[in-house]
Amino acid sequence: MVAKREKFEGTAVVCLEDDVDTDQIVPARFLKEITFDKMGEYLFYDARFDEKGQVKDHPLNLAAAKTSTILIAGKNFGCGSSREHAPQAIARFGFQVVIGESFAEIFAGNCKAIGVPLLMLTRVELEEISQMIKQQTDLKIRISIEKNSLFVSDKQYTFKMNQSYKEAFLDGSWDAAALLAANQGLIKEMAKALPY
Amino acid sequence: MSERTLYDHVWEKHRVDTLSNGQDQLFIGLHLIHEVTTPQAFAKLREQGLPVAFPDRTVGTVDHIVPTKHVSRPYEDAQAELMVSTLEQNVRDFGIRFFDPSTHKQGIVHVVGPELGLTRPGMTIACGDSHTSTHGAFGSLAFGIGSTEVSYVLQTQTLALNRLKVRKIQMDGELGVGIYAKDVILRIIHELGVKGGLGYAYEYGGSTIQAMSMDERMTMCNMSIEGGARIGYVNPDQTTYDYIKGREFAPTGDDWDRQLAYWKSIVSASDAKYDDVLCLNAADMTPMVTWGITPGQSVGIQDSLPAIDSVDEQEQPLLKKAYDHMNFKPGMSLIGQPVDVVFIGSCTNSRLSDLREAARLLKGKQVSKQVQVFVVPGSQQVKKQAEDEGLDQVFIQAGVEWRHAGCSMCLGMNTDKLVGNQLCASTSNRNFIGRQGSPSGRTLLMSPAMAVMAAVEGRIVDVREYM
Repeated sequence: MVAKREKFEGTAVVCLEDDVDTDQIVPARFLKEITFDKMGEYLFYDARFDEKGQVKDHPLNLAAAKTSTILIAGKNFGCGSSREHAPQAIARFGFQVVIGESFAEIFAGNCKAIGVPLLMLTRVELEEISQMIKQQTDLKIRISIEKNSLFVSDKQYTFKMNQSYKEAFLDGSWDAAALLAANQGLIKEMAKALPY
Repeated sequence: MSERTLYDHVWEKHRVDTLSNGQDQLFIGLHLIHEVTTPQAFAKLREQGLPVAFPDRTVGTVDHIVPTKHVSRPYEDAQAELMVSTLEQNVRDFGIRFFDPSTHKQGIVHVVGPELGLTRPGMTIACGDSHTSTHGAFGSLAFGIGSTEVSYVLQTQTLALNRLKVRKIQMDGELGVGIYAKDVILRIIHELGVKGGLGYAYEYGGSTIQAMSMDERMTMCNMSIEGGARIGYVNPDQTTYDYIKGREFAPTGDDWDRQLAYWKSIVSASDAKYDDVLCLNAADMTPMVTWGITPGQSVGIQDSLPAIDSVDEQEQPLLKKAYDHMNFKPGMSLIGQPVDVVFIGSCTNSRLSDLREAARLLKGKQVSKQVQVFVVPGSQQVKKQAEDEGLDQVFIQAGVEWRHAGCSMCLGMNTDKLVGNQLCASTSNRNFIGRQGSPSGRTLLMSPAMAVMAAVEGRIVDVREYM
């Protein structure tokens, strides 16, 4: 069993855009490395830097982003390619949780496998929180996975999340390797029984 | 809901267990691997001293990073060389079947699996690539996965998955001349949106789909993921069985009969229940071209680009961002738009039938001198077949670069990249910002026929006017 993912507290960076694809999260040219070690540096690279490597106006380039642990996203976040480089970049940049309106399927599975909970709020709620953060960038967000609850200063929100992922975060089985391997006997039987 | 669909049959057949968190543990019958998303997974196995549980059920090739022009080893790009040699080391050490260029069977993993007869109905298939959905064309459940999940499949041959809902997309009628599977799937994504498929598997059916070849069905299923659906599939039928029969790894003799019986047993029942149904008419289809930065931002070729206020308020920022990036304006037509590059290739449209259609339209013509045009066959076998038919000569004589097999400019991981804000007419699957290798590059997705005529005219045209 790995570490449980129950409670989080931290400041957030707002990237409230829809249909942010994994090519934007990590452009393909950074997939040429055989490890994930440096992926944090490449997070949203082309949105953060111009073609000469100069810093562009982007929320992740703000000083506050360096210590933030929560990323606020829009709808269908992480669509496109299955590259785990995308959630790896998010995690290695320092984000522990992503809050959004909805998430692409493969991306969500990848986040679960590396221990990054994805929480869902409505657009109205996300915009409200984003406004609050705009006014005060060091605003603390407190999250309880178990209670599906999130506090922004003293205002409470109830988020949705995939129930099976929630269970896995709470019992520390989000990296499913051990769970899957425990069924070795059944797996062998199935391999024999399949018609192919 | 969704009782007795192919999805239910195949899922139940492969369900090993229900895990403590409620997910199903699914056995993966066929695991396909390539160089980009596997080094991290093999490294995990090495760290823990674990073997690959069922090496016979994993098959590898190289596609994403390989050059398509200068293919001698070591590759000019040191990162490409390291990535490919890492996979070579891994398949050797772990005893995995591997189709590298020396086997003459290398190619895009989603082209190679089907053409070798490895992809078959009723299978569960996984690959560290989102376009694994392609294999659903055979009536398999095919999942794109990440690298940690690749390590699960290597270690246990299983994945932890949540069951999806099933949406039937029914299309009846005959497609008009100049309208292809690519147009149909772009239209479906346009109708349902790029988020419409979240939580769904797409089952494509109806007389239009039944009349499609396997190549066309693969084009459809390939882009399911662009509509948000992790998997898409077509029920297997005689077209499927005829395609598989005689291929290198297809079953033979009694085994063929046994497997055929299985394939027929998993087809969705005529009274199967679906969570949602969308009905479309083939007569309403037109050639489709994307104009924006998501595969859903498309128009019929005769239509003008949408007004910003034609979409919900929440969608408007994305539309504005698309117009900014593409340097287009609402109300304009794509017809006549000059293009800089034409790319015919990718797991969506690089199969023999795609190349045949492009060559048929190109024969006796020259491509515009203003345009760089290149054709990248999906696999070495596709390349060989095309050359046997003389298609390569049609391309070369028309001024087209005829390349070696690979993913190439679909994602610009090798040297095939757009430069600056070049506009590319592309038969690939994604028009995301930066997708084709230049952060300011611009992509218009379309069928191979539309792309090849754009190459000839140097601008976007309605291919139906040439037929």
